Amino acid sequence: MTDLLELDGVSRRFGGLLAVDNVSFRLKGEGITALVGPNGAGKTTCFNLIAGALPPTQGSIRFGGEIISGFPAEDICRLGIGRTFQVVRPMRDMTVLENVMIGAFSWTRKVSEARDAAREALDMVGLGPKAEAGISRLTLPDRKMLETAKALSTRPRLLLLDEVMAGLRPPEAAAVVAVLRRLAERGLSILLVEHVMRIVMEAAEHVIVLHHGAKIAEGTPRYIVSHPEVVAGYLGEAFRA
Amino acid sequence: MQKKRDALPDRGAVLGCLAAFAVLAMLGGVLNPYLISLLTIVFLFTFIGQSWSIMLGLGGQLSIGHALFVGIGAYSVAVLNIRYGLSPWFGLVVGMALAATIGATLAWLSFRFEVRGIYFALLTIAAAEFSRVVFSGWEFVGGMQGLFFPAQSGPNSFWMLRGDARFYYFVSLAAVLLGVSATALIRLSFLGYVWRAMRDDEDASRALGVRTFLHKILVVSFSGAWAAIGGGLLALVQGSVFPDSIMGMGISVDILVGPIVGGLGTAFGPLIGTLITLPLDHLASAIGNKFGIPGLNNVGYGLALIAAVWLLPDGIWPAIVNSAKSITRLSWFGNLQMEQVKK
Repeated sequence: MTDLLELDGVSRRFGGLLAVDNVSFRLKGEGITALVGPNGAGKTTCFNLIAGALPPTQGSIRFGGEIISGFPAEDICRLGIGRTFQVVRPMRDMTVLENVMIGAFSWTRKVSEARDAAREALDMVGLGPKAEAGISRLTLPDRKMLETAKALSTRPRLLLLDEVMAGLRPPEAAAVVAVLRRLAERGLSILLVEHVMRIVMEAAEHVIVLHHGAKIAEGTPRYIVSHPEVVAGYLGEAFRA
Repeated sequence: MQKKRDALPDRGAVLGCLAAFAVLAMLGGVLNPYLISLLTIVFLFTFIGQSWSIMLGLGGQLSIGHALFVGIGAYSVAVLNIRYGLSPWFGLVVGMALAATIGATLAWLSFRFEVRGIYFALLTIAAAEFSRVVFSGWEFVGGMQGLFFPAQSGPNSFWMLRGDARFYYFVSLAAVLLGVSATALIRLSFLGYVWRAMRDDEDASRALGVRTFLHKILVVSFSGAWAAIGGGLLALVQGSVFPDSIMGMGISVDILVGPIVGGLGTAFGPLIGTLITLPLDHLASAIGNKFGIPGLNNVGYGLALIAAVWLLPDGIWPAIVNSAKSITRLSWFGNLQMEQVKK
């Protein structure tokens, strides 16, 4: 069976800066994988490359065996990769439900169908009761979940979550982890960029560590925290702090 | 129940809309010739304003050269009717097709090369001015001397779209009703949702699978075709077309005042806004002429715009809707209390 996502020697250069340096990894069809690393390690750039917001300078990205590197973002979304943004980007003029409906319009033109799918996505992340509310009424955790619901409504096979738990208090983050687990059990593959190692240890089955744009380690959370290079370059400071 | 309520416009809103149009239709039977011709122009500018308002208010694309599409529609009707004796209906269809094609080409070229926002708006001005100059020097379409429709004689003819002032009043009123309905339907369809999302955040909507490149071309092309119908009707009402008056910057600016004042992208905004600003413009220029202050109408326009943007930044229509909503909420609350008292 081919892997769901396959990065092969992917690099991205911004002028003199090599933001992503020859990164290769594979994701299987299900489960939660975390992409971790210190600030500026190239996690978000890596995400943007997969989601098509940026083309890679070098290397190839395959999704379900097909090359997708260089495709525009909307095509990649339609192939089955949903993404959230680190800085939440709701459409302010629309209600919560309408925001989520936009994602559903990637596979249907029927407003009623989109509305049903949006309600379903909102229920999945626990925002169902706030469907008719305006964006300004939402708290930060709600906004993060709205981003997730928007990505879910596109009916992805792979979900890219960019720091959906950043800035959340521990009980809020735990609630998000529970949501992600439920989604993974439904057969979704989730790749999350995360900063807080404790959350990663709890949520992910597989961890990929980036440092200065390059992959320095990959494995189970237990393996990662004992990896000498990871401890020296990243965890060491975080754990001491 | 819930689904029905969101999927269709409110029954009250539809009835209110029909009542408003019934009143306007009845006015068409009783008003004096001056008001008839003034309102006819108001309706035509509303109709063209609606096309502009869809493009900016929903699609997020600013055009300051909509006179291009208005002119294309006007010349299509005029040339086919005056030179070949064809029914203006053909001219309207040809004008729509031409304007849609030109709009799509302009948008394609522009968005293909990442010309966006205010730069796209500049490009629309350039395109409109370019075509005005071309039409001014083009003998076949009358050049600077323009084209004149033959004077109306005989009974009103719906087929030839020729008639007296009252006839055009009803034709343009029907156009506005069509425009209001089309705007409302688009807002409720997937296009309305997708266009609004694209307007608010292009990159975020692309990440949700919205093909923004296609939709931007679509909304410009659609708006252009719509404006061309308005241009064709305007030519018939005025009885003549001149490049400077039908394709000039004046038209491009005049049509955007109403929608901005009334409420961008809404179904009723362009009508309310144009109903207020255009008569104000006429009134101000009449006063100006009387006291020998030419240009007073422009000052009036400017003041109306500033007042609207200052006091009601979303436009008059959204303000009316919001206050109506809070009134219904209040009265509903009142009823509830009454019932409790009864118990």
